[in-house]
Amino acid sequence: MDLFHNLAIGFATAAQPANLLYAFFGCLLGTLIGVLPGLGPLATIAMLLPITYALQPDAALIMLAGIYYGAQYGGSTTAIVVNLPGESSSVVTTIDGYQMAKQGRAGVALATAAIGSFFAGCVATLALAALAGPLTATALLFGPKEFFALMILGLILASVLSSGPFIEGIGMVVLGMLLSLVGTDLNSGSQRFAFGVPQLFDGLDFVPLAMGIFGFAEIVKNLEQDDKLSLVTQKITNLFPTREDFRRMVPAILRGTALGTLLGVLPGGGAVLSSFASYTLEKKLSRYPEQFGKGAIEGVAGPESANNAGAQTSFIPLLTLGVPSNVVMALMIGAMNIHNIHPGPEVMTKNPTLFWGLIVSMWVGNLMLLILNLPLVGLWVKLLTIPYRYLFPAIMVFCSIGVYSINSGTFEVYEAAVFCVFGYVLVKLQLPAAPLLLGLVLGPAIEENFRRAMVLSRGDAMVLFTSPLSASLLAAAAIAILLIMLPTIRARREEALQE
Amino acid sequence: MKGLAIRNQRAFASGALFLAFAVFFFVTALQYPAGTAAKMGPGYFPRALAIVLAAIGLVVILSAVKPAAEAQALRRWDLKGLAWITGSVVLFGALLFPLGLVGALFVLVMVSSRASPEFTWTGALANAAVLIVLCLAVFVYGLGLPLPVWPSFLN
Repeated sequence: MDLFHNLAIGFATAAQPANLLYAFFGCLLGTLIGVLPGLGPLATIAMLLPITYALQPDAALIMLAGIYYGAQYGGSTTAIVVNLPGESSSVVTTIDGYQMAKQGRAGVALATAAIGSFFAGCVATLALAALAGPLTATALLFGPKEFFALMILGLILASVLSSGPFIEGIGMVVLGMLLSLVGTDLNSGSQRFAFGVPQLFDGLDFVPLAMGIFGFAEIVKNLEQDDKLSLVTQKITNLFPTREDFRRMVPAILRGTALGTLLGVLPGGGAVLSSFASYTLEKKLSRYPEQFGKGAIEGVAGPESANNAGAQTSFIPLLTLGVPSNVVMALMIGAMNIHNIHPGPEVMTKNPTLFWGLIVSMWVGNLMLLILNLPLVGLWVKLLTIPYRYLFPAIMVFCSIGVYSINSGTFEVYEAAVFCVFGYVLVKLQLPAAPLLLGLVLGPAIEENFRRAMVLSRGDAMVLFTSPLSASLLAAAAIAILLIMLPTIRARREEALQE
Repeated sequence: MKGLAIRNQRAFASGALFLAFAVFFFVTALQYPAGTAAKMGPGYFPRALAIVLAAIGLVVILSAVKPAAEAQALRRWDLKGLAWITGSVVLFGALLFPLGLVGALFVLVMVSSRASPEFTWTGALANAAVLIVLCLAVFVYGLGLPLPVWPSFLN
């Protein structure tokens, strides 16, 4: 079997001592920032991106991936123990997880989250391995117009799934695309929107922008709202779920895993969407809907499985088509570019050891996380007693050094400062930043493919609708827009995405 | 035009922001040749995007002033916190070369700590000391990043 052969290649890469070490380091860091509210995988990956320059490409990607799915584990700990989402993907876990903790079942809730996450991580790794081949083959059918249509679909879905009014999400996407045009136009070689600033000739760098908005501006926002942490003071003793707990959590874990695996692949999907969808599903299907919100174990098992599955399968569109499904994946493109790897179908054929090594490392990482999280949970909870006034200057320090290290220059530091102000404006206007960053990352590729498609069709835009593949992708995007206009779905969406 | 009141201030400001960016990009893009659909110049795509963004901005503005719009005020701005945080980043950039990493980090931690309502001098000083040692150990000696550690006049 090809699959086993490929997984064997992956194991050989992932099991190298250096890669094991970086996987462990990524998972450890992921758990750490997952536990801490106010610091997410996005800012952390952006922070470490320039530093990975010194690493081997496979070690770098393995570590960065570990941060993303490790954060899914850590986020649940904070949600359960302090009733505060450590990550946005564990918002729903606070509902029933904290209630379980109040009933003295914090240990069981934590174990449930860890077991669910681990199972989901294993399934998602297999799904990733099994789907990668066929999807990469599909990518070869894609020409410029199909890629254009696929990216449009991705951006529309990302706006549909972002919080706030849909039209404002789309506006942020378009604004991001406009910002992406800054720099040298590859077709004509002329400068656009650079205003003679040489540092802008290569375009606006993604990292200072992400750091300004998700690192610095986020700190200003957090400082305004002084949430007092309410720790569950009692010791976490019993980690073992009862037989009854198992009976109820297993179906929820299975459903959450399936849902997360599917929704992660969707452009615009990922961990956050998966956890919300799973909670809704569990509440609908449960024989005890009245227990939801009062410590139902399904309310922890389902979403926690779903967010981990979604985090991992969101790598599928990135690795096979080169299209990021969410902002963290967009950052992974940045990491690949640093090492001269071009995300897309060629990764699997040109760098099979990196490709399969990354996939297998996710399974290894999940195993590490299970060990890191369950026995050491007391340590993570202690971390939450560090006051934010000591924590945020540390984030400032790491972000600033990270931004400086992109080019060993201070221009990027000032750029991040500008985007800190811009990010604060977005916070105040409640405009979602994620679609902006996706637009920024996909903008150049969209323009390139659009221009190529138009050259091939001699300027006839109808060609986008005559190719069956691109027509159906655009139709899917149109349906998504129409659906969101329907009043009932609109109300539902607002309910699900409100935070 | 007396019936037109800005009911949703938040949406109105968002729409105005979109519109302002659209105008800026469109006007700037006028310098670049547009070409034709079959042979696009560097100005074609930016103009098209700017028009789309302007349209979105107008729709958002209209939705904010229509009589049925949900009334929503602008949130309160905390310019002090923003100024401390942004200022500390700018200072870090400005001081990194003249003062070196140790001095720039010290200023960064001390200035940004002021943004917290629970600021204390001893706490911030201790935090700065810990973070400087940590950064030197991890970034300079551990990862070997090319950072100027000490003030330039010492070299």
